[in-house]
Amino acid sequence: MIPEIGNLALAFGLALALIQFVVPLVGIATHRWRLAIIAKPAAIGQFFFVCLAFVCLAYSFYANDFSVAYVASNSNRSLPVAYRIGATWGGHEGSLLLWVFMLSSWTLAVALLSKSLPALTRTRVLSVLGFVSVGFLIFILFTSNPFDRLLPVFPVDGSDLNPLLQDPGMVFHPPLLYMGYVGFSVAFAFALAALLEGRIDTLWARWVRPWTQAAWMFMTLGIAAGSWWAYYELGWGGWWFWDPVENASFMPWLLGTALLHSLAATEKRGVFKAWTTLLAIAAFSFCLLGTFLVRSGVLTSVHAFANDPVRGTYILVFLGVTVGASLILFAVRGSKVSVTSWYNLLSRELLFLINNLILAVVTIMILLGTLQPIIADFFNLGKVSVGPPYFNTVFNILMAPLIFLVGLGPIVNWRKYEYSELVKRTRLSLLASIVVGLLVAVLADDKIFTDRLQLFVGAFLIVWVLVLNIVDWWKKAAKKNRNPLLGLFSISPSFLGMYFAHIGLAIVVFGVVFSSHLSIEKNLRLGIGQTQEVAGYEFYFEKISDVVGPNYDAIRGHFIVKQDGENVAILHPEKRQYRVSGQWMTEAGIDANLARDLYVAMGEKIPESNDWAVRIYVKPFVSCLWLGSILMGIGGLLAMTDKRYRAKVKQKLGISDDAVVSGAA
Amino acid sequence: MKPLRKRRLMFVLSIVIGVGAAVALGLFAMKQNINLFYSPQEIVQGNAPKNTLIRLGGLVVAGSVKRAPDSLKVMFDLTDNAENITVSYEGILPDLFREGQGIVTMGELKDDGNFVASEVLAKHDENYMSPEVAEAIKKAEAEAKARKPKTYN
Repeated sequence: MIPEIGNLALAFGLALALIQFVVPLVGIATHRWRLAIIAKPAAIGQFFFVCLAFVCLAYSFYANDFSVAYVASNSNRSLPVAYRIGATWGGHEGSLLLWVFMLSSWTLAVALLSKSLPALTRTRVLSVLGFVSVGFLIFILFTSNPFDRLLPVFPVDGSDLNPLLQDPGMVFHPPLLYMGYVGFSVAFAFALAALLEGRIDTLWARWVRPWTQAAWMFMTLGIAAGSWWAYYELGWGGWWFWDPVENASFMPWLLGTALLHSLAATEKRGVFKAWTTLLAIAAFSFCLLGTFLVRSGVLTSVHAFANDPVRGTYILVFLGVTVGASLILFAVRGSKVSVTSWYNLLSRELLFLINNLILAVVTIMILLGTLQPIIADFFNLGKVSVGPPYFNTVFNILMAPLIFLVGLGPIVNWRKYEYSELVKRTRLSLLASIVVGLLVAVLADDKIFTDRLQLFVGAFLIVWVLVLNIVDWWKKAAKKNRNPLLGLFSISPSFLGMYFAHIGLAIVVFGVVFSSHLSIEKNLRLGIGQTQEVAGYEFYFEKISDVVGPNYDAIRGHFIVKQDGENVAILHPEKRQYRVSGQWMTEAGIDANLARDLYVAMGEKIPESNDWAVRIYVKPFVSCLWLGSILMGIGGLLAMTDKRYRAKVKQKLGISDDAVVSGAA
Repeated sequence: MKPLRKRRLMFVLSIVIGVGAAVALGLFAMKQNINLFYSPQEIVQGNAPKNTLIRLGGLVVAGSVKRAPDSLKVMFDLTDNAENITVSYEGILPDLFREGQGIVTMGELKDDGNFVASEVLAKHDENYMSPEVAEAIKKAEAEAKARKPKTYN
């Protein structure tokens, strides 16, 4: 019964999404305002039904309804309740339903929070969002329905959730990431609405900015959560693999970051209008492309599940229609929104332009590397894969100048800035950065030249960004309060958010550079009772014990870690065998603090001996990756709360609901 | 040329040069880091380059896994049901590595015909087989069928 309700709710959701998409556009085109205002109630109704469908699916998991095919293949009676709920989005069908659920939530938020928008804009935005919903609801209902039944014969028990996904990470990572992915649809919808209208102004940018910041915040946290999950769950101790699906989420993030900055320039100075719309379209297109890459199975990846050519084809077609229509619209109307204003060579506009260029080029290079296997296959050049060294080389070399600019961005004024002033304000920071960089490069022991060079550049950039941003923050605070310390948090939330994000970025870079260079990784064979020294820590393999989990049996290793004779940590890595599938999983034992992570993961027991294959890693500053990402996320949140986004805009454009009818008629 | 126009030209030129340099860098880096996939049969036929980082995939042959008594060295055979290649590896094998499982390794083919793997990849889903391995096996089967005359009458 419940699954049927869910199915019906999806169908109603689709009907309402269709109405939300088509009727308002017809209303606007034929000047019948009564038709146009249907967008908002349709959006609310669509949210209600999609939400209902989602709850129905979650309930089917909760109630162990294995007559539902999707539940049967992704859950099991012995699965703990939290993971049963998480399993709702553990497979292809459910994760798409989560996608649409998030989309309808964003749509609802736009419908409810956009009172300050001109009615025409709001209507068009909702209509575009309706179009995206239609695309995905059709996809779910006709190719990937999570409510399909296994009748009349259904299994007594399900075949279990992939053990890899039975982890708290499963509860956070996908929803956060999807909130980000889908959030960019709002910026996309605003861009299309602006193109339809043929006008972009400061107000438009002001409406789009908080939505983009919200999506960016979710995406930042979502990617960080995924990285953290991979770090402790995959058991290799790595936190980024340039896996196609990681790239699929990283490319929209890069474009989203570019969009944040170009929107700022559009709001403050009225420049980059056409480019901003193009970026908004591109960011969302990359979200769709990411969905295609994950769902179609054209690429080999950790995340690849459900390889069905029909699904891949559908998303490809939907992607083609969406991107194609948007680009045609852009080609026809884009010239209307562009301006020919100019700015001085040294100005914040210029820095933002370079920022955008670099981010766009990096995105394209990552795209090339990600798609290379498909391209080569298509041209019969053999089965290739592109290794992480490609991505690392390209990314590091291109990003270094960008991070250099992160130090300058807050200082340089809009419109025009004097070189002499710039030199005066940055020379001390420059000196400090060079000195610290050199010290780090020289003091690093037993490293080859390229390593030292990387350390120099890394340390230089970190100091550069930190000092310049903090000093600038301090100066602004001093203007607010005689005691700058008290003024630090009374500056405008926009600036506060920017400093948080920039400082967070510097901390992430710190974590990346130093954990990569200073990590000690040992794969070795260790017998019970033996001790191994790694980077000054003594790892004593005390014993193993058996553990009975809710749906797995585990062998737990007991490792006592000593430094200078004193116990610093006790680690409990596990090998878990899940009862239903019989699959083995590695659970790393980690002791983390800001300075270093101690990481132990057990491989297999070596047959005919008392020895185990063991990974022992000492990884300095890995925590900085997550700490920095959280600061960046907080930065996005702070920026969103700026009052000027919420200030009731006087309808000085003269477009009230009534005026539209008469004006349009 | 007017100074403003000249400045714009310089500006556009520097953008073009910058982006061009980035693309050149990318293509160069890509050329260095493309890893081709080979099946055991292709390696036996001598199609694979030696001492170059390549990928080799196949099924782990039952009973072929041999371990060193005192280190993490391990040797095993990979097959596409047509030919076998012996792979040697030192390190920790992934959880899903087992006999009969389809896996992909990354490594170099040495002059003596041995394959020395630096990485062993097994996907995190038991039912999942790398499409490359699946295709290699299918291809080997098809070729074997084509070679064998039909025996039924």
